[in-house]
Amino acid sequence: MNVWIAIAATALGCYLAKLLGLLVPAGALDRSLVKRLAALLPVALLAALTAQQTFSTGHHVLIDARAAGLAAAAVALLLRAPFLVIVAAAVLATAGVRALGG
Amino acid sequence: MATEQTAPPPAPPETPPGTGGKADAAVVRDALGVGVAVGLSGFAFGVTSAGSGLSLLQTCALSLLVFTGASQFALVGALAAGGNPLTAAAGAFFLGTRNAFYGLRLSQLLALPRALRPLAAHWVIDETTAVTLAQPTRRAARIGFTVTGATLYLLWNLTTLAGALGARALGDTGAWGLDAASPAVFLALLAPMLKTTTERATAALAVAVVLVLLPVLPAGVPVLGAALAAPLVLFLKGRGDNAPAPAPGPTADDITHPGRTGEPGNSPKGQAR
Repeated sequence: MNVWIAIAATALGCYLAKLLGLLVPAGALDRSLVKRLAALLPVALLAALTAQQTFSTGHHVLIDARAAGLAAAAVALLLRAPFLVIVAAAVLATAGVRALGG
Repeated sequence: MATEQTAPPPAPPETPPGTGGKADAAVVRDALGVGVAVGLSGFAFGVTSAGSGLSLLQTCALSLLVFTGASQFALVGALAAGGNPLTAAAGAFFLGTRNAFYGLRLSQLLALPRALRPLAAHWVIDETTAVTLAQPTRRAARIGFTVTGATLYLLWNLTTLAGALGARALGDTGAWGLDAASPAVFLALLAPMLKTTTERATAALAVAVVLVLLPVLPAGVPVLGAALAAPLVLFLKGRGDNAPAPAPGPTADDITHPGRTGEPGNSPKGQAR
């Protein structure tokens, strides 16, 4: 039940955010501070989520096979690989390290 | 989907051949390319979501109703970590707020009739915005938005279903390294945003904050705490900007060190750690 509450809240919130942009008259959200904050907020969230999902399990901060996966993804990014290749590199590297007992 | 073409009366062709305009077929091809590539990564979402313990119905409902990848991955991750549902939804929502600003730019470009906007809104995401903004004319923008949106929506939902079903067949998704898919998706979305020192400082601060808060705060809250890095960096930058007035125009430094000028893509590595 809790999961459905979370799904409903996310679906509603995300849809309203999308709709707001299309309905609001141009210029209303155009203040530069609001714009800059909106551009920077995803940066903070994505960085935090990347770190959390790579370097933690529950409440424990640790380094395991996923770190190798993220490193592989970073290399793929630097090589300008397509999106799918980046994700595949992370998955394969993580599985590889685990198979070797990491 | 078929409702999109409330095309204006036969206006004179907006794209004169060969003069910077873009043929419809070329727009469709670009849009399909983006739609197919990203739509397939719905498979990673389906696997991750099912691996996090969500049911098939819940996984598919997320892709059908939320339809903005980063928010979906974030929600599933927060729920898997045992977060409170509203805390988890808050993190996903904040990630989705950027779509409001995409919508602002798109509404001017697309000039959609008011009745169509609630429908089109669901497709306002990173990829449709990227394709639409790249088009030279309104007609091309409308085609790009519609084709990218339709392709992505269809594929994202089909691949989510396939991924969720596949996860069951795979059993322990961790053994296959599939728990690394989600952070890799976040990293791939983040990397192009790290253009200036402001973005890099924000990312570095957010990483530090989340790792410090993780052991001590309930699941889901550390990520929300890390979001405060954004206003904090803007505040500090605002104060910094007031102090030293930047020298306008090219400085003597640019002349004596020609190698240092104009290297926007020259990003120092490792700062996002």
